[in-house]
Amino acid sequence: MATDRTVTSSTPALSIRGLEKRYGDVVAVAGIDLEVPRGECFGLLGPNGAGKTTMIEICEGLTDPDAGEVRVLGMTHRREAAAIRERIGISLQETQLTEKLTVEETIALFRSFYRHRRPVAEVIAAVQLGEKAKSRVGQLSGGQKQRLALACALVGDPDLFFLDEPTTGLDPQSRRQLWDLIENFKAERRTVIITTHYMDEAEQLCDRVAIVDHGKIIALGTPRQLIAMLGSEHVVEFGLEGFQIEDDDLAVLPGVTKVRRADGRYQFDVAHVHLTIPALLALLKTRQSELTELTTHTATLEDVFVHLTGRHLRDG
Amino acid sequence: MAESPPDQRPPTPRSWRESPIVQLTLARYREFYREPEALFWTFVFPLLMAAGLGLAFRSRPPEVVKVAVVRELEGSSAAYDGLARDPQLDVHFVDDSAGHRELRTGKVALLVIPATRESIEYRFDDTRPEAITARRLANDALQRARGRTDPVAVQESFVRDRGSRYIDFLVPGLLGMNLMSSSMWGIGFSVVDQRRKRLLKRFVATPMSRSHYLASFVLARLSLLVIEVVVLVGFGAFLFGVPLRGPLAALGLASLLGSLAFGGVGLLVAARPKTIEAASGLMNLSMLPMWVLSGVFFSSSNFPDAMQPFIQALPLTALNDALRANMLEGAGFREMGSEFLVMGAWLVLSFPIAVKIFRWK
Repeated sequence: MATDRTVTSSTPALSIRGLEKRYGDVVAVAGIDLEVPRGECFGLLGPNGAGKTTMIEICEGLTDPDAGEVRVLGMTHRREAAAIRERIGISLQETQLTEKLTVEETIALFRSFYRHRRPVAEVIAAVQLGEKAKSRVGQLSGGQKQRLALACALVGDPDLFFLDEPTTGLDPQSRRQLWDLIENFKAERRTVIITTHYMDEAEQLCDRVAIVDHGKIIALGTPRQLIAMLGSEHVVEFGLEGFQIEDDDLAVLPGVTKVRRADGRYQFDVAHVHLTIPALLALLKTRQSELTELTTHTATLEDVFVHLTGRHLRDG
Repeated sequence: MAESPPDQRPPTPRSWRESPIVQLTLARYREFYREPEALFWTFVFPLLMAAGLGLAFRSRPPEVVKVAVVRELEGSSAAYDGLARDPQLDVHFVDDSAGHRELRTGKVALLVIPATRESIEYRFDDTRPEAITARRLANDALQRARGRTDPVAVQESFVRDRGSRYIDFLVPGLLGMNLMSSSMWGIGFSVVDQRRKRLLKRFVATPMSRSHYLASFVLARLSLLVIEVVVLVGFGAFLFGVPLRGPLAALGLASLLGSLAFGGVGLLVAARPKTIEAASGLMNLSMLPMWVLSGVFFSSSNFPDAMQPFIQALPLTALNDALRANMLEGAGFREMGSEFLVMGAWLVLSFPIAVKIFRWK
């Protein structure tokens, strides 16, 4: 059984002050302050190269910061590294576990390092690898390998998880399975810090999200709060062939709250799609512009990122 | 800021099998025996090599040496008759030009040119041992045929003892070489591979003790070492009758110390590299001088005196000398003291430096 975590101390799971890290001329982390309370699932959302991995590896004690202070469960890596390692569970971005060992043997190996250990069978069941317990790691699919990585993080019965892009490169079904696992960690009142560049993942899993770009947190809040920053719930996106249209002409269309251009396309934040679209089509007809594409969707964190940076997450 | 209260939950009780050092060592074993290539290179390859070389250099009566006599010269037929009397010489006539060709291509070891009845020219390559033998045998035969008498009567009795044959020299050398390569590759390759795959980094983020991690490689090596020694020594003893004259405990200690010393060197080589390629280069760079200099296939005393202090300080020289002294000359702990000292020094120096400069992250 997982230990009862309802009686948690008042110290935050993670607290970061003035964190900085540079590699030569490249600034990976450019001054970050952050506090994550216990039991929260916290997401670091940002494009590749935003500094997420550097941040999380500093928190894990794998990288030394140039400046600033990190407290993990109230402890610092400088003074209580061993105690921190006992109580965090991590999955790195690109670890390849030994292919020749079986699932069971791998978990038993990681288990042996910890003072508090969950039974191997319990952990295997938790990550739904029961049928693969005797299989070699080399024979597992990508999703199964990631679940095994989570099992290795889980076996020490940690209070705090650091998961660095746990679903990158997985098929949709495997991603969903992994989300379910992480939901279970939350249900057990374990704190989860997760990095991702998938906005749907952050929206689905995270209580709060920090949007990270160029080593800085550019927005912080619940997914709902961040989306509310846009001031409207829908986004209309379209591309044009022929004459381009002035932003001012678009801004006066009914229901539009904001117009921006990203990657050569127009994007509106829209309060009422059913009013905006007919008006837009009418306008295009008078200007003799051809639509190359037109999409509408409910606003997401991706739109927040575009709103803040003028770039899409995937483009890095 | 309030300090977090120390973790007061009692540790989960554990059996010996659940201890980290046992689990890490088990993982090393499993990686090894689930890799068929590793099994082959460690156990089968040295046996094949010993068998092949043992057959090639097995003891047998001295070979017949081929000698050619240039035909149609004044002393040709007399020389031919004289040489033909020695059973160790295989003589035939050749033309002058064909004779030079046969000499150049190594078909004959010696070309005899009896220009006049009173003088003979020998042509041969004085760097070929076979040619030196041929020259000596031919000269004796020709001088005796012309009436030379030896002032001293000679009786020959042949000694072909176990222990002085090439295979006896070879098996300890192969054992030493095998212990070197399996220790260095076994440790170096796995460490660098785990670093490359970021597994090392993953381990460092757990409470795993770094000394447990390093010790597991040594422990796994030591038990494989027993198998390696038994297989190779047993093979030599049963198939070729290679002697085991010294105390087995001393043989065991020499193998153990040698393996530990090479384990240390392997760890040193693997302490920094991030790629297998870089590690392989370093590994070969450190092993090559020992393959050549340390007396695996031929005695290291063949090298010039000026090089000897360097050669004697190499761990493989010490290991090979100790193994040979034990197996062939019956040396015990006392007689192998200086070799133990050399291997011990490598061990004591390499491990701490390796641990100090080790790249964990």
